[in-house]
Amino acid sequence: MIRKFFILIILLAFSIILTGIITEYVSPEALGTAASYYAEKGPGEMGATNLVTSVLITYRGLDTLGEVTVLFLVASILGFYLNVQKSNKNSTCSPLLHTASRLIFPFIFLTGIYIIINGHITPGGGFQGGAFIASAFLLVLLAGLGKDKSTGLFSILESLSGLVYVLVGLAGIIFAGGFLDTRILPLGESGKLLSAGAIPVISILIGIKVGAELSSMIVKLSYNGQGN
Amino acid sequence: MATITLITGSMLIIIGFYAILVKDNLIKMIIGFSLANTGLHIIMVSLGFLKNRTAPILDPQQTELNLLNNILDPVPQALVLTAIVIGFAVTALLLVVALKLHDKYQTLSIQKMWEEK
Repeated sequence: MIRKFFILIILLAFSIILTGIITEYVSPEALGTAASYYAEKGPGEMGATNLVTSVLITYRGLDTLGEVTVLFLVASILGFYLNVQKSNKNSTCSPLLHTASRLIFPFIFLTGIYIIINGHITPGGGFQGGAFIASAFLLVLLAGLGKDKSTGLFSILESLSGLVYVLVGLAGIIFAGGFLDTRILPLGESGKLLSAGAIPVISILIGIKVGAELSSMIVKLSYNGQGN
Repeated sequence: MATITLITGSMLIIIGFYAILVKDNLIKMIIGFSLANTGLHIIMVSLGFLKNRTAPILDPQQTELNLLNNILDPVPQALVLTAIVIGFAVTALLLVVALKLHDKYQTLSIQKMWEEK
């Protein structure tokens, strides 16, 4: 009874805080200082037509590197706690799912790659495309198509892409303004596929890394605990 | 417009906290965490909303467009992109903890875990 009372009090307190946010919200009339700098200088400086991508990869690049590191840490912890067991259990999925997933898999994969490499000119980028690719692998797992349960290739891919990401960042110190400065490659014509300096390169690296990490997480989570 | 999304986000946060505090099943608590997480993302995105403006993605044909007065704030959107991925990572960790607890106690109910202890 007392527990329920405390739960009610906690929920009420949260409601009061959130009501304060809603009622005192005033729609801003102009962009903030950082945002107006990005809006004014961003397209000319970085050459990317998608401002969110240039904020994510160049201006706030260190945050993105930290985020990728957190994801890598979580994937490592998952690998530490869950070891993939060889399960002899034959998966019993419907033939409909089995056939359809074989047909759809390459298209989902291709869409993921498209989202990754067009991240700097249209909505998209490494994280979104990587999640797309991981969802393709989830479909394969659901259909029981994955014969090989090892995650060795995924670990090699994610380690390599993380390493190259840091190296590209370090190249920014030598050839451009600072760490993770993407102006090490020519900016090119805005709106074209090969433009915006190293932003597409980093997008592709993040896409490979996120896709490999999410896929290995899904594989580890789905093949654990079936043996005992 | 922003008020609707703010209310939606707040309701999701409250529902999520309710599930975390009240539910007995670990998986339901993790779903509650996910809901609260999503609500927070919605609130963060709606705080970057400005009236009568468009997404911060430019059209290369319209180079003379006055960006300063025509686009939304790109910063909260980039931050939320980060937050979504971190939320996914935390959810994966929570699921691992639930899996390990289930391996040990053969149940997902917190009440039964306490009794077995």
